[in-house]
Amino acid sequence: MRIILKKRLTPLPLTRHLIIPAAILVAAILGAFLFLWVGVNPVRAYLEIFKGAFGSPYNFSEVLVRATPLILCGLSVMIAGKMLIWNIGAEGQLVMGGVAGAGVALFLSPHMPSPMVIPAMILAGFLGGSIWGLIPGFLKARFQVNEIITSLMLNYVAIFWLEHLYFGPWRDPAGRGFPGTAVFPDPSWFPRFFGTRVHLGLIIGLAAALLIWLVLDYTRWGYEIRVAGTNIKAAQYARMNTTRNILWIMLISGGLAGLAGICETAGIHYRLQKGLAVGNGYVGIIIAWLGRLRPGSIVLISILLGGLMVGGDQVQISIHVPSAISLALEGAILFCVLGGQVFQDYSLHIQLGER
Amino acid sequence: MPSSSPKNVPAVFMKGIVKNFQDVVANRGVNFRLLKGEIHSLLGENGAGKSTLMNILSGFYLPDEGEILINGEKVTFHSPRDALDHGIGMIHQHFQLVDNFTVAENIILGMPGPFALDIAAHEKKVTELSKRYGLAIDSRARIWELSVGEQQRVEILRMLFRKVNILIMDEPTSVLTPREIEQLFVIMQRIKEEGRSIVFITHKLEEVREISDYITVLRRGKVMSTIRPDKVRGKDGTVSTELARMMVGREVILEIGKSSAKSDHTLLKVERLSVRGDRGGLAVNDVSFSLKVGEIFAILGVAGNGQKELIESLVNLRIRENGRILLEGKDIAEALERIAYIPEDRKGRGSIPDMSLLENFALTDRKRFSKGPYLRWKRLEEKAKSLISQYNITAPSLKMNAGQLSGGNLQKLILARELSQNPLLLIAEQPTRGLDIGATEEIWKELLRLRETCGILLISGDIKEVLSLADTILVIFRGQVMDTISCEDEEGMERIGLLMAGVKNTR
Amino acid sequence: MVSEVIFIAKITITSSMAVLYATIGEIFTERSGILNLGVEGMMLMGALTAFAASYASNSLWLGVLAAILVGGIFAMIHGFFSITLRVNQVVSGLALTLSCIGLSDFLGRPLIGKISLKLEPFNLFFLHKIPIIGDIFFTHNALVYPAYLFVPIAYLFLYRTRYGLELRAIGENPSAGDTVGINVAKLRYLYTFIGGAMAGLGGAYLSLAYTPGWKEQMTGGQGWIAIALVIFAMWDPIRAVVGALLFGFINAFQFYCQAAGLDIIPSYVLRMLPYLFTIVVLLIITKWEAAKKRVGAPAALLIPFEREK
Repeated sequence: MRIILKKRLTPLPLTRHLIIPAAILVAAILGAFLFLWVGVNPVRAYLEIFKGAFGSPYNFSEVLVRATPLILCGLSVMIAGKMLIWNIGAEGQLVMGGVAGAGVALFLSPHMPSPMVIPAMILAGFLGGSIWGLIPGFLKARFQVNEIITSLMLNYVAIFWLEHLYFGPWRDPAGRGFPGTAVFPDPSWFPRFFGTRVHLGLIIGLAAALLIWLVLDYTRWGYEIRVAGTNIKAAQYARMNTTRNILWIMLISGGLAGLAGICETAGIHYRLQKGLAVGNGYVGIIIAWLGRLRPGSIVLISILLGGLMVGGDQVQISIHVPSAISLALEGAILFCVLGGQVFQDYSLHIQLGER
Repeated sequence: MPSSSPKNVPAVFMKGIVKNFQDVVANRGVNFRLLKGEIHSLLGENGAGKSTLMNILSGFYLPDEGEILINGEKVTFHSPRDALDHGIGMIHQHFQLVDNFTVAENIILGMPGPFALDIAAHEKKVTELSKRYGLAIDSRARIWELSVGEQQRVEILRMLFRKVNILIMDEPTSVLTPREIEQLFVIMQRIKEEGRSIVFITHKLEEVREISDYITVLRRGKVMSTIRPDKVRGKDGTVSTELARMMVGREVILEIGKSSAKSDHTLLKVERLSVRGDRGGLAVNDVSFSLKVGEIFAILGVAGNGQKELIESLVNLRIRENGRILLEGKDIAEALERIAYIPEDRKGRGSIPDMSLLENFALTDRKRFSKGPYLRWKRLEEKAKSLISQYNITAPSLKMNAGQLSGGNLQKLILARELSQNPLLLIAEQPTRGLDIGATEEIWKELLRLRETCGILLISGDIKEVLSLADTILVIFRGQVMDTISCEDEEGMERIGLLMAGVKNTR
Repeated sequence: MVSEVIFIAKITITSSMAVLYATIGEIFTERSGILNLGVEGMMLMGALTAFAASYASNSLWLGVLAAILVGGIFAMIHGFFSITLRVNQVVSGLALTLSCIGLSDFLGRPLIGKISLKLEPFNLFFLHKIPIIGDIFFTHNALVYPAYLFVPIAYLFLYRTRYGLELRAIGENPSAGDTVGINVAKLRYLYTFIGGAMAGLGGAYLSLAYTPGWKEQMTGGQGWIAIALVIFAMWDPIRAVVGALLFGFINAFQFYCQAAGLDIIPSYVLRMLPYLFTIVVLLIITKWEAAKKRVGAPAALLIPFEREK
């Protein structure tokens, strides 16, 4: 028996929109097996997840909170991905953004006029991530070193440095139980909306998505980026300065992840602490891929995955299933969508025995 | 048609072969017979179905319909291994060799044998075999160190090592100099004398006459006829014309009428240019020439003799080691916008197959259609539409992907895009490679028409193309100028074949 | 002084084992042309499976066997997506790792903090009696000694057997292999499985011998280090040992400094060293590759192979 994939002449027209929902369904079925394994009714589990995410306005606001860093990290990976650069380092860039912003909040803000504090923190967050992203970017542009490994290694470096800072020199002198820095002074707290925990970060994320969409589709530079990511030889033939573009892209990509970091730090935690590096950078990779590198899709998928995570947390409380289920489900969804995308471009033929 | 009496069972009989790819019918009910000890040429245009047919015979593809009989027995090949087991091997246009391996390693790859590998013993065997056929190969050399002609010999040796009885060669001469082609023909004769058969796939008419016992002409997937070369005469009494007619289906003009048009205004001057190649040595060595407005200046040579590096230094994609390049008296780096470059690699460099036609039009013209940071897509769309009608490009919609265009139409798009920028100099690199005769004719006519308004630098390895189009021919070999000949110099023209092979002085 | 050298050397060896197994496995996978970024995930699943299986069955060897199988099977998932479906291998591998992290977290919850069997070190025959060398090399647990055999076997297989030749061929130019009748897909599946099995073995080493027990993400990124080490090793098993030992040495040195109360280098810097070191190595390798041109990744790495056009 042989499985043969034949390339379709024209990709499936309308049915293509069914593929992602179908993939999610398959992933849900796989997840059902997991639930059964731990003795939980899958239908009930999924209902709880849904309720936990979308069952009430407050729950939904929590989803938006969770989605904020995801949007920014997704955009970060996406914009690098447009040039076929794999930014696996979004996690580390997020951390560095948080660190830079925290530095401003803790040490510079007392010496600044209050209205300037938040803009300064946002700038610092962006820059912190940019610089961290420029390291693999520079190595790639100048020496053609593969960015997957370099950006990944820098994640660990960033996390170790973060821990060193909030366990060490930046440790909260008041010594509260949970390890971290002192709480930031008031002017550096990101404003929240409507009595929920939704904060300025969401606005920043949505604005970034809009801006990116405009730049990519309507500017000359955006066009150059897209060409370089589609056919690099043509880009060189057309005399596009790809080296310079790689650096710009990694700067922006790192900056976006850095923004995610400062948003979490100044919007939710109000200090630098252990819960900063929780994998948003890695989930960003999944989101960028699922969103087929489109800003609009990335926002949508971030919200959905945020819903999955918040729902997963709820499920841990209500029916005692570990919240790690959401990560497993995400992986399953990714695989199913990957598989589903294949069917868009190829049709499956199974050959039995001899002709 | 050769008869097959019981004594004379054909080595291969392919009956009623049909093969479809998506919506293209590559082979329509093809019948093909091959006898033992014969050299049989498969002649046809690009897309005629020759490679497909032989890929079926050598086990790469399964036919949709039809059967294959080897020595009278029906067989089904599910993979190249099955075909090899029956003594059938194919040498493809693009060599299937592992660059990093030695000659011996490539030859013994995949052959059954003991678990442990005794390289030295195999190297000896390979060297012996190569001597037997006069193939002169160092079995310890690594493939990337060898020339293209030598690599081809490794491919042949690999098949002979496996005691292949039916050797299929797909366009083997497209990468060889005239002298190497002669050497190849000698080797083929030797193989034939041993009672083996060779299928020789080509689209070159002259070669076919020289080497074949039989010729099968394919057109659009069907067999037009199978004939002996000495039994064929065309309208003008030559074999070539008749074969060409069978290949294309109509009378083909093999000569393009060309007047000599020239001015005395020097457009491009290249002085003592030297350029370093990827492997460290000089790919272009002390080359000088000048090109006038209104002339087609051709650089003729087999691919890989420095043409790529020469062009890259002209368009500033590669640094030059030495020498000057002047366009209208100014250094070329300052005048790059006045040069249009049609690269050989249509899909790799000249266009973006996965992007829309509109986005492809923007590739080299984007600065002109920008306002500040923004690209003016609307304006570009108007320009694109007018170019499509002007150049007669078959394209139903600007939104379709460039990769969906046929080779000829894609080439026209690239040409249109570059020419719409009013260049002073047009560099055309192998512009008709891979195109069928109809598209080739169109491009040739276009180039001749353009000659009036700009200077054209043509890089080609096709003698026919160069003879049809060029006013001046520079023959290049191993990065050096062999000679520069005007089209009116008849005596010089006769030496061209030798010059391409590196033979300078024949007196 | 000597005893301190021996101490550091022994810890170097024990710290490098997990990463060595995973690296050798991934070398085989990448040599066939497949990049499997799921190594970290497969190691985790291997670690979990080994612990869980030995806990449930009270047999260490069952645990090891289960880990090898599980690692291989998960690698086959990546293989299916990469080889048959020809999906982007980077995404598929990452998806595998992320799924496995979540899956192992999820399934391993009940096992956190449990105590089970552990592989005790023992002296190998009489070899431990050799002065210094004997102490360093032959006083370890049962999952260390196989490595002493695996590495030379891997080397000989790769360069001195005809199967090794075929393996190297399909990673450089799969069409060349196809032309001479090699079943490229089958071999790629095989070597992907082997890569996963070795990663699983590395994981088993962690949970049964090195840091016995189960903790979420207990591999601490060693799967990623393995991927980097494959590049450092230039896809050669002998050099992989050098890389793994260097990694182990940095760990051992950090350990030693902590144990001896030495504070010359702050501990967080020490922890960063393996990762920074990998970046430097990668830079050097890439520059060599650019200069010497013929030393490098298998040419067909990451490129899906299809015969029918």
